[in-house]
Amino acid sequence: MHFTSYLQDSRLTVLLTGEIDHHCAKTYITAINSKIEAYSPGMCVLDFSGVTFMDSSGIAVVINALRTMNASGGTLAVSSPQKQVMKVFRASGIDKLIKIEEEVS
Amino acid sequence: MKFENAMTLEFPSKSANECFARSAVACFAAQMDPTLEELGDIRTAVSEAVTNCIVHAYPEGLGLITIRCRILKDNVLDIVIKDKGVGIENVEQARTPMFTTGGVERSGMGFTIMETFMTTFAVNSKSGVGTTVHMRRKLQRRK
Ligand SMILES: Nc1ncnc2c1ncn2[C@@H]1O[C@H](COP(=O)(O)OP(=O)(O)O)[C@@H](O)[C@H]1O
Ligand SMILES: [Mg+2]
Repeated sequence: MHFTSYLQDSRLTVLLTGEIDHHCAKTYITAINSKIEAYSPGMCVLDFSGVTFMDSSGIAVVINALRTMNASGGTLAVSSPQKQVMKVFRASGIDKLIKIEEEVS
Repeated sequence: MKFENAMTLEFPSKSANECFARSAVACFAAQMDPTLEELGDIRTAVSEAVTNCIVHAYPEGLGLITIRCRILKDNVLDIVIKDKGVGIENVEQARTPMFTTGGVERSGMGFTIMETFMTTFAVNSKSGVGTTVHMRRKLQRRK
């Protein structure tokens, strides 16, 4: 699994791709944590546009990233989730905890 | 009970089978001409139930997971996912949003998502015997 990321004005964007389930959730959690540790951003954005499927394991990925960012006083946002992913965010109520930047179309 | 079509799958509780299971059920459901959203809902609910068997039912080692799908009249997909694992002592508590006995990589939202995404949902479980999840999804007929 390859994770692309870029830093712009202390805002770190991590591009996630593929299907997030329990089988691979740990890979995502570890990769996101090591990016945050490497760049110490004030804000981290998880770009979900390339995620084609996600179950509640993806919620755990987001909550772990939120914890890591909170520990350093930073904030977390999620951007551009596809329809199925957005439905899982809504069902879990995480859209009330974290800013979700929906794609403008 | 009458059904229009049916299939049964049995596989060991390996996490690589999570993707296989949700994809197999989605392939079976494809003959019902579902919308993309309906297919996504079915894949999500199956992924949750199968993951629970893999993570919680057989904490020490592998066990068998069985999925039975039937197409009932009026375009209803009936799905039963069963394990012979440790079982759930308190089902009501387990179904509470955010309740989990798992670690940081669990969210405790699995049952909540199955319930939200399916038309009907029920859990039967007995400590030391196993757990069975029954769910149904009524699909819209597309004209
Ligand atoms: N098949 C199962 N066998 C044993 N315990 C289960 C099973 N499914 C669910 N559980 C119990 O119910 C709890 C809640 O499940 P769920 O809502 O899917 O959240 P999570 O899987 O994130 O813990 C689990 O933490 C576990 O204790
Ligand atoms: Mg679960």
